[in-house]
Amino acid sequence: MTAAAPTALGGREPRPSARARRERNAGLAFISPWIVGFLVFTLWPILYSAYLSLTDYDVLNDPTFVGLENYQRMAEDPQVRLALWNTFQYTVLQVPLYVVVALALALLLQQAGRASGFFRTAFFVPKMTPPVAVGVLLLLLFNGEYGLVNEALGAVGIDGPSWTTDPAWIKPGLALVSLWGVGAAVVILLAALQDVPVELYDAARVDGAGWWRRTRTITLPMISGALFFVTVVNTIAAFQMFTEAYSAYFGAGSSTYANDAALFYVIYLFREGFAELHMGYASALAWLLFLVIMAVTAVQLLVSRRLVYYEGEQR
Amino acid sequence: MTAADAVRGAIPAAVTGGQGLAGDLSAAPLQIDRGEARRRRRWVRWIVVAALTVLAVVFVYPLIWLLSASFKPRAEVFDNRLVPLHPTVENYLTVWEAAPLALWLLNTLVVTALAATTVTLSSALVAWGFAHYRFRGRGPLFGLVLATMMLPGAVTLIPTYLIWFRLGFVGTNVPLWAGNLFASAFYVFLLRQFFLGLPREPFEAARIDGASEWTLFWRIAVPLCRPALVITFLFEAQASWTDLMRPLVYLQDTATFTVPRGLKAVVDQFGPGGESQWEVVVTASVITTVPMILLFFLGQRYFVQGISTTGSKG
Repeated sequence: MTAAAPTALGGREPRPSARARRERNAGLAFISPWIVGFLVFTLWPILYSAYLSLTDYDVLNDPTFVGLENYQRMAEDPQVRLALWNTFQYTVLQVPLYVVVALALALLLQQAGRASGFFRTAFFVPKMTPPVAVGVLLLLLFNGEYGLVNEALGAVGIDGPSWTTDPAWIKPGLALVSLWGVGAAVVILLAALQDVPVELYDAARVDGAGWWRRTRTITLPMISGALFFVTVVNTIAAFQMFTEAYSAYFGAGSSTYANDAALFYVIYLFREGFAELHMGYASALAWLLFLVIMAVTAVQLLVSRRLVYYEGEQR
Repeated sequence: MTAADAVRGAIPAAVTGGQGLAGDLSAAPLQIDRGEARRRRRWVRWIVVAALTVLAVVFVYPLIWLLSASFKPRAEVFDNRLVPLHPTVENYLTVWEAAPLALWLLNTLVVTALAATTVTLSSALVAWGFAHYRFRGRGPLFGLVLATMMLPGAVTLIPTYLIWFRLGFVGTNVPLWAGNLFASAFYVFLLRQFFLGLPREPFEAARIDGASEWTLFWRIAVPLCRPALVITFLFEAQASWTDLMRPLVYLQDTATFTVPRGLKAVVDQFGPGGESQWEVVVTASVITTVPMILLFFLGQRYFVQGISTTGSKG
């Protein structure tokens, strides 16, 4: 602690001491892999992608500058509209469902006492399944005729839909199957729940507050930071839905059984870029996605200012 | 090593994880009729455990279904029986012949080992640089690290492909792991949290004894934060093993495929658009998934710790 004091002032001193210089050099040396990586694999790709989005480029021939043509084309491309609409619908359906289920499971686990570790494992294990295999399981378990899901629904008298072939049920099916990977979010929320000071509950109980009231006025505000984190991360992931839908509904190269209802934005981008080799157009598509995600995240941040409580914050 | 043991107790509480709250709750003092309340609480506990049991079965059942189906003949794959009526290992022999699974497993193992090792070492270096040293611009640079975590992968996908294309690595496994040499924002963030929890004294003492900066990192910081490094390794091993997007983009020759890429090829050939031999698809899915389940049970503690830390600090 004491030895660190002079270096803390190092930045403000006109002539940094030899010690501060050594510290800076060592620090920069340690972070140098990231600096190189940032320049080569983040900054340059972002800038180059912006440039490519203004060109026609098929990898084999040099890029030709076409101005804003790709963006004009995007505005008129019905596939872009379809992909955006599909992605939007899926996100609006999946994110609230996912967060609510994660929260419900975490609340249950918190009440389970010593058994909670065992159940937490059970909820987490499916998360390890590779997304390709999740796509396969979707086709198998949600099969309209023979699937286990519809058999279970039939047992309680519900005539299940054709999840994997009826366009109206493709996205609900994918959203449901995504719940299978809810384990990580459950672990995050459970950790947040366990950080809530027990005294708060005791005080509320003395005041005669019931479970629901305690949850609404203590638990939810106290874990709102973690809830917000899970929501934002999952929204960004939902907007980039790719693997499960691709492995279930799109074949290699030419899609023999592709389904318009499963054409998500990143799938369209991927096919434009790597199947059609429209690298310029795909770069423009990537930029639109970037802007959409930035905008949505910004809105979530603004909303969170009003809803999220951080400990030590003045209200 | 002795210094390491001495400060092990100082590793942040997040590392050790908390499990105690549920117990604390039941021990909480109550003002109102104790017996009545305790009886009600016990009821609630039973209902909660019953609900959790049902839900746990729902969560685990698909995996059991998959495993069971892989031992069924074609006609019975969809019979939804828990125990196969006519159990057979035929599917495993068929899939082994139909697809170069041993090769795919080996490819994936190589890629996963390289990806996880490189990202753990490079991210630890960078995290240590941000956690231990003070220098001008450190704050803004770390802000930049956090900002890149929010960057959608789709934005850099095409230019990154072009980098590997021009370097002549498309078609090899290099693009699947070599980017990890340059650290990954998420792991830098995670590891920095752990490094920040170390006390400074042992490092100052070692420095006075003439230890080099590298020695401080490699001999003191790394051994102290071994759990965090294991977490990083396991997270990346899972991410790398299960990735489909990059193998789809970079690998063309069947012989270079990873297992998820291979599974996609199997689905294309034997799945709904192809020959409808679901037993082959099911069995290949099992072979793709089992290594991950094993990985989880080997490192369960670390997975749970790592994810808990992510959320509480995010």
